[in-house]
Amino acid sequence: MNFDYAFILSTLPAFLNAVGVTLQVGFIAIGTSLLVALINATILVFRTPYLQRLVGLYVELARNTPLLIQLFFVYFALPALGIKVSGFAAAIITMTFLGGAYLTEVLRAGIDAVPLAQLESGRSIGLSHGQLLRYVILPQAGILGLPSLFANFIFLLKETTVVSAVAVPEILYTTKSYIALYYKTY
Amino acid sequence: MAERNPAGVPVLNGIDLQVKTGEVIVILGPSGCGKSTLLRCLNGLEVAHSGSLNFAGRELLDKGTDWRKVRQQIGMVFQSYHLFPHMNVLDNLLLGPLKVQKRDRREARDQAEALLARVGLSDKRDAFPRQLSGGQQQRIAIVRPLCMNPHVMLFDEVTAALDPEMVKEVLEVIQGLARDGMTLLIVTHEMAFARAVADRIVFMDGGRILEQNPPGIFFTNPQTARAQQFLEKFSYVAALPQTTQTKELELL
Repeated sequence: MNFDYAFILSTLPAFLNAVGVTLQVGFIAIGTSLLVALINATILVFRTPYLQRLVGLYVELARNTPLLIQLFFVYFALPALGIKVSGFAAAIITMTFLGGAYLTEVLRAGIDAVPLAQLESGRSIGLSHGQLLRYVILPQAGILGLPSLFANFIFLLKETTVVSAVAVPEILYTTKSYIALYYKTY
Repeated sequence: MAERNPAGVPVLNGIDLQVKTGEVIVILGPSGCGKSTLLRCLNGLEVAHSGSLNFAGRELLDKGTDWRKVRQQIGMVFQSYHLFPHMNVLDNLLLGPLKVQKRDRREARDQAEALLARVGLSDKRDAFPRQLSGGQQQRIAIVRPLCMNPHVMLFDEVTAALDPEMVKEVLEVIQGLARDGMTLLIVTHEMAFARAVADRIVFMDGGRILEQNPPGIFFTNPQTARAQQFLEKFSYVAALPQTTQTKELELL
């Protein structure tokens, strides 16, 4: 096996950039997903009428359709409706859509595991809904849900490979570009 | 006041109870008679579907009632303590005063520490609930609402989950509150305690109040057959010496 070190070295800056893009997409998506999940979890905990149904529908839709299809929908179908987004934006939107649903389920499971008595205990000292969530429920749900939360973070980071399909120059896209350009893999 | 369970069966029916400031009410009755539900209705953890609930001149069953305000004035202690397991003792005690009442941290902390000293747990202020015994946790759980300076305290079978040695330490705290003249509503199965501490016994069965009498009358001469039958199960109570009420505790 002969490595073409000069070639590998010449691609290094592009790959470093690709790692940066991958991490960027991944971490932004994790952050926005978590935000979406927090909002959804709040709706579910307090059984907000109608919105609760909507969250259920969203979770089913997002988890039961392939990420690639979701991505194509955002990137190719939305422009037909007059909403044009860049590849990077499409990547973030889609990953948030998917990740938000998964993390909603993680938080919901964690919150379900907090005994109802804790809620009553908090209410009995006059905490508002928001305070109950912030000081009583989420800290406990977070600890209970920490393992699956991180499992899903890792899952989201790995799923960034899919966004290569809409020309976001992450690691897989960069690799494929070099293979196509030089017909060399090493 | 009345309340129904999810199946539509009335849990409480025709409850007519008036409590004066400083009065100590002990609610007795067999399991499932609605004692706990009655207490929970008083601070809005359950909402009575009809009737009237008056507190300090306000009608609480009105739609506009801000239960968060009411709950600061009506403290509640639960059977299984329900302290917040992820917070240490002091944080448990300060959550209400700081976040709900927005009080000054130093002042609230001073009060919390004074109350902790009163229940003999000053050295536990940095401990987490899981490091404490049941009796210690329950004493903390009593101090938690006390830190909000309530007018009324509700006790829902607070010694039912404790072993006998710990029962005493918790009852002594409640007794101290009674002596201080705080208004208390206590659900318990500790008959000797009920007799010692109560100004009035409320006896319930099947979601109704069957009898309300001072303990002297209730324990020696119950007015209803049901109460008589109930008390026979605790026959040792009748054998207690008949002393004048001292609010002192004589545990058997």
